[in-house]
Amino acid sequence: MKTSVFLGTLTAAGLAAGIASAATLDDVKARGELNCGVNTGLVGFAAPDANGNWSGFDVAVCKAVAAAVLGDGSKVKYVPTTGQTRFTALASGEVDMLARNSTWTFSRDTDLKLDFIGVNYYDGQGFMVRKDLGVSSAKELDGASICIQTGTTTELNLADYFKANNMSYQPIAIDSNAEGEQQYIAGACDAYTTDASGLAATRAAFADPDNHIILPEIISKEPLGPAVRHGDSEWGDIVRWTLNALIAAEEYGVTSANIEELSKGTQNPEINRLLGVEGDLGKMIGLDNDWGKRAILAGGNYGEIFAATIGESTPIGLARGLNAQWTQGGLLYAPPFR
Amino acid sequence: MSETHAQTVAYVRDTMLPEQPPPASQAGVVRWLRENLFSGPLNTVLTLAGVATIYWLVGHYYGWFARSVWNAGSLAECRQIIAATWGEGLSGACWAVIRDRWHQYLFGFYPPALYWRPVLVFVLLFVALAPVLFSAFPRRMLLFSAIYPVLAIWLLWGGSLWPEVMIVLGVVLGYLALRLLEPRLPGFAIFGAIGVALAFWAWGAGPLADALRALVPVSLTPAASDRFGGFLLAITLGVGGIVMSLPLGIMLALGRQSDMFLVKALSVCFIEFIRGVPLITLLFVASLLLNYFLPPGTQFDIILRVMILVTLFAAAYIAEVVRGGLAALPRGQYEAADSLGLDYWKAQRLIILPQALKISIPGIVSTFIGMFKDTTLVVFVGLFDPLKGISDFVRADFAWKGIYWEPYIFVGVIFFLLNFGMSRYSMYLENRLKRDHR
Repeated sequence: MKTSVFLGTLTAAGLAAGIASAATLDDVKARGELNCGVNTGLVGFAAPDANGNWSGFDVAVCKAVAAAVLGDGSKVKYVPTTGQTRFTALASGEVDMLARNSTWTFSRDTDLKLDFIGVNYYDGQGFMVRKDLGVSSAKELDGASICIQTGTTTELNLADYFKANNMSYQPIAIDSNAEGEQQYIAGACDAYTTDASGLAATRAAFADPDNHIILPEIISKEPLGPAVRHGDSEWGDIVRWTLNALIAAEEYGVTSANIEELSKGTQNPEINRLLGVEGDLGKMIGLDNDWGKRAILAGGNYGEIFAATIGESTPIGLARGLNAQWTQGGLLYAPPFR
Repeated sequence: MSETHAQTVAYVRDTMLPEQPPPASQAGVVRWLRENLFSGPLNTVLTLAGVATIYWLVGHYYGWFARSVWNAGSLAECRQIIAATWGEGLSGACWAVIRDRWHQYLFGFYPPALYWRPVLVFVLLFVALAPVLFSAFPRRMLLFSAIYPVLAIWLLWGGSLWPEVMIVLGVVLGYLALRLLEPRLPGFAIFGAIGVALAFWAWGAGPLADALRALVPVSLTPAASDRFGGFLLAITLGVGGIVMSLPLGIMLALGRQSDMFLVKALSVCFIEFIRGVPLITLLFVASLLLNYFLPPGTQFDIILRVMILVTLFAAAYIAEVVRGGLAALPRGQYEAADSLGLDYWKAQRLIILPQALKISIPGIVSTFIGMFKDTTLVVFVGLFDPLKGISDFVRADFAWKGIYWEPYIFVGVIFFLLNFGMSRYSMYLENRLKRDHR
């Protein structure tokens, strides 16, 4: 490291040489900071405020993992990644994990050598149209011009959907959400399509939200989840079970308000194991027994995070829908902590 | 009228008539309009079309600018204020977003408590540039200009002062070696000097810096590269790229003109390769591909990587611009230099380059302006450029979601001011260096 001291300065901020081991956990602990790949800015999911502090639904996952591993949810370095750079950044080791509303697909999981460790948001692609268009279903959009972001899965879904329903459409290519909104408002396209969560946020930000409707059809499955690299299953386990801990905590009614109370011991052995009162689950993933408690304390359980970032009380106003617990008719189902 | 001026011969007028005012069509505004705007059918049509366009633009956008809101907490609040002040259904500019987030546009995520450092660097930049750009300033100030880059690096990134001192020390040692070796090994002294400097940096600098750090700890709070953003990033990249690409470009241009096959071949390959590849490709190489080649875990500062690539990119263009200047010099200048008995470097330094660079000024400045604007492309490698990177962040906050033109206009105006300044300076320099009698 001595020679690198100079080179580091010569390069103005660092050329810290050192051979990284395959174990991401050790790297993160040695660094004392979790490098988390996030979106370059998506309302409700990842956004920095005026002071540069990140918050959002995806950011909460980063915080929970940092809290579980490092004991402090603020020890995260957020690396904004674009749609093009996100997977390379993960594969090249620039980030330890990706929490960037990325759809879990077959080819990404296998060919791109990522491991999606679960789903933190079940999304789907929807359409927004002006009310005066008189359309109430996506099936009536035959011949419409549609604003669509290029290079995304939404573009392919749109083509599939219209082909399957034997309809035609005129794509208006856009580059970013902001541009899409602008084009749509200016009347360059009849409909705007993107993930339903994005549509809701976009509509809520309009000057006249009542003049626009989101069509009921959801034309694709977009399970968005955090991802890690292939080949380091120990690290993958940590991220996976941190997310599961957040989901399970909601199911068992563990909230940031009552967690101190519950961590003194409860009648429910599952909660006890989750919070490290019983058993030694933490040891099995290379952490201490309090990891689950710290992860939940970082931002609350899944439901609390949802409510605080994108839920119905926020301006974005997303309903739980598919993202409710399995006991509430949703798809969230954490495997047992045993 | 006196008697002597009386009309003696009926048909000869020997007194001046009082001056008549020119006809109305040949004076004042009317004349100017006739000459400049309506001098023929084509110009008349163009003028009318231009006026119509301006009228249309102003008519369309004046209202939007006139209904500007500066104090609001969110876009929704802006809309309420506009509706309350000017009536429902009107749109207006919501500059409150700039008021709320201007510091992010200027500094990115640089720690607010340390804003004074980039500001100081920016002010000192002008002190350092003054003697370089204007000959009226005392030459002694050039010493400060020489130290400035190192000082700026220290102030911007913080950390211990000693590694920066080591950089200066290496240069000084190299210079001393050059002076010592020059009489003994003419021609090779430069290699010896570079060798001494590199050896010092590789083996001597680290331990010495550590020792000094332990002895006299002088350090600033470090600010990591990922905190840089906005115009701080754009100007850092732009100034760094300009300062490094000019000498590199001149060397490449000379290399391409060289008689030595290897030097010429390498220069041509480099220039043609870089010019043949889009800048974004190079940026992707800098940010992603390099990570695969370097040993795993190596942290090679992203700003430095991008700056190097931007510099190489600009240098290739500068090289071709300077080559144009070299080619424009009459052959007699080269022969005159040779006949004076000057060696290659002296001939270049005293005779060829001053003239060639003077010819190349507009091209060089154009390249710099282009490069400065191209720094916004770093958004594609995850750096926060002011135009899109920061705007995306700002729009990701629900309060400002849906804002579109205001950030672009704000950033565009600042870019315009900086680039306009550069362009005016180049015109000033051209005038000052004008030696012909036109």
